[in-house]
Amino acid sequence: MLQFVNVTLNGLVQGMIFAAFALALVLIWRSTRIVNFAQGSMAAATTFIALAIIQAGQSYWVALVVALLSGFLIGAVIERVVIRPVEGGPELNAVIVTLGLFVAIQALIAIVFGSSFQSFTTPFGLRGFTFGDTTILLTPNSLYVIGAVLVTMLALIALFRFTRVGLAMRASAFGQEVARLLGVRVGRMLTLGWGLAAVVGSLSGLLIAGGGLVYPAYMDVIIVSGFVAAVLGGLDSPIGAVVGGLLLGLVLSYVAGYLSPALVNMSALAILVVVLLVRPGGLFSSSTARRA
Amino acid sequence: MTGISVAFGGVSALSDVSLTVEPGQVHGLIGPNGAGKTTLFNVACGLVRPDEGRIVWNGSELRRLRPSRLTRLGISRTLQGVGLFRGLTVLENVMVGAHRHAKAGFFSALFAVPTSDKDDARLRARAMTALEELDATGYATRYPDSLPYPVQKRVALARALVADPELLLLDEPASGLGEDEMHELGDLIRTLSGRMSVLLVEHHMDLVMRVCDRITVLDSGEQIAAGTPAEVQANPAVTEAYLGDEVDVATDAAALAAADGREG
Repeated sequence: MLQFVNVTLNGLVQGMIFAAFALALVLIWRSTRIVNFAQGSMAAATTFIALAIIQAGQSYWVALVVALLSGFLIGAVIERVVIRPVEGGPELNAVIVTLGLFVAIQALIAIVFGSSFQSFTTPFGLRGFTFGDTTILLTPNSLYVIGAVLVTMLALIALFRFTRVGLAMRASAFGQEVARLLGVRVGRMLTLGWGLAAVVGSLSGLLIAGGGLVYPAYMDVIIVSGFVAAVLGGLDSPIGAVVGGLLLGLVLSYVAGYLSPALVNMSALAILVVVLLVRPGGLFSSSTARRA
Repeated sequence: MTGISVAFGGVSALSDVSLTVEPGQVHGLIGPNGAGKTTLFNVACGLVRPDEGRIVWNGSELRRLRPSRLTRLGISRTLQGVGLFRGLTVLENVMVGAHRHAKAGFFSALFAVPTSDKDDARLRARAMTALEELDATGYATRYPDSLPYPVQKRVALARALVADPELLLLDEPASGLGEDEMHELGDLIRTLSGRMSVLLVEHHMDLVMRVCDRITVLDSGEQIAAGTPAEVQANPAVTEAYLGDEVDVATDAAALAAADGREG
């Protein structure tokens, strides 16, 4: 019983991080129809920026804010400079560009920050809460992870639902040409969309790094799970991404807890293949037609 | 617009077409399929750049007209289909159209400072008024896909009107409408002309003849006639280009009947 509780809790926390990463992918897919393979590297870059600030003696919170802001900047600049020229062209071009960015940013991190393993602090403890004499696998840090992702999601929902900019961004996502005819500055909305997505992606990077080791390619493991979560939820649906992330977190945690940790990545890919074969539009899709 | 010419590749789509929409008038643009009506329309809103010719709006020439500048110039257009945003409610769709009337800047809107809150409320109110005018307030919270086609068309029209344009470009507003709805549409367009100029592309001849002050007729990219509905109707070139089809149909029918008669 205790093991089940622990495995479930672990799955939920992991799932929250997958959800944030998947949400970042979905935000970009919805607005520009591009799958951003560079998301992981971009998040790693901001984590290393945070690390440098912490090592310079600043607090975790200062580092967090600076990292998220620089995430926004990186996302916005990449959209404006690198992605804009391939937008609207053949889809393969954009895919190759983001793959190139993925490799380039990772290399850049190694050049600037070195490629050794470094530990990353957390603002909260990593010891599980104790009830009587049983310690469960829920730590102050995991509460922080869940809280941070939830707050970010609520903020995004508020932005999209209740503000004029959010409305313009949704309109641009649903019909660029029409939105343009109605006077929406679609280009700006796309830049903003990439910036916001990069913030959410950066958050997932910082959260997964907390209490662990970081190196330029540390996000690679998350990338796979994040993609699976996004596809699971249907690339078009932010809510689907969150549910997909949580589901995947739980399933992978059960696999690790009851079968073998070695099977985790393999089962993530197995889930991806099954979903693509059986429900290519994602678990919650209502539409039948979808291009690959 | 004067002397507009457009060619796609080597094919000439429009050659030397001139058209002026007078303030407060309804100007009809008609012609058989492929005559270049939609191309001219797209030139007027910056989607297609003319190879030759000038576009003058309110006394100043528009060079390098871009679609996103259109609403700020006071020009709105509707699309041939409906072109509503599928994932937005009817009210939200119309609010997007009211975009140019927002006062708060981009960044204050992003960070939701109080002035932009007031802005949002104002936009919402504007959008509701536009829906009211088109008798569609009841659908405000619905999504476009769940509505019948004529209602979608009304919402699309509300979205164009909410920007309070000086010139309204209507691209086949009557397509897919029934007889009664078309009649209502005609009345509406007449009412609108009190507030704005209208350029209307339409297939339904009776509607065009009823609501337009002036009409320009295109055929194969060339302007073959222009004038009041009565003048255009009396023009033999128009009858030939336009009603030619119907004459053909009549001849065909006669030929068929004759053939039937022979077999029978």
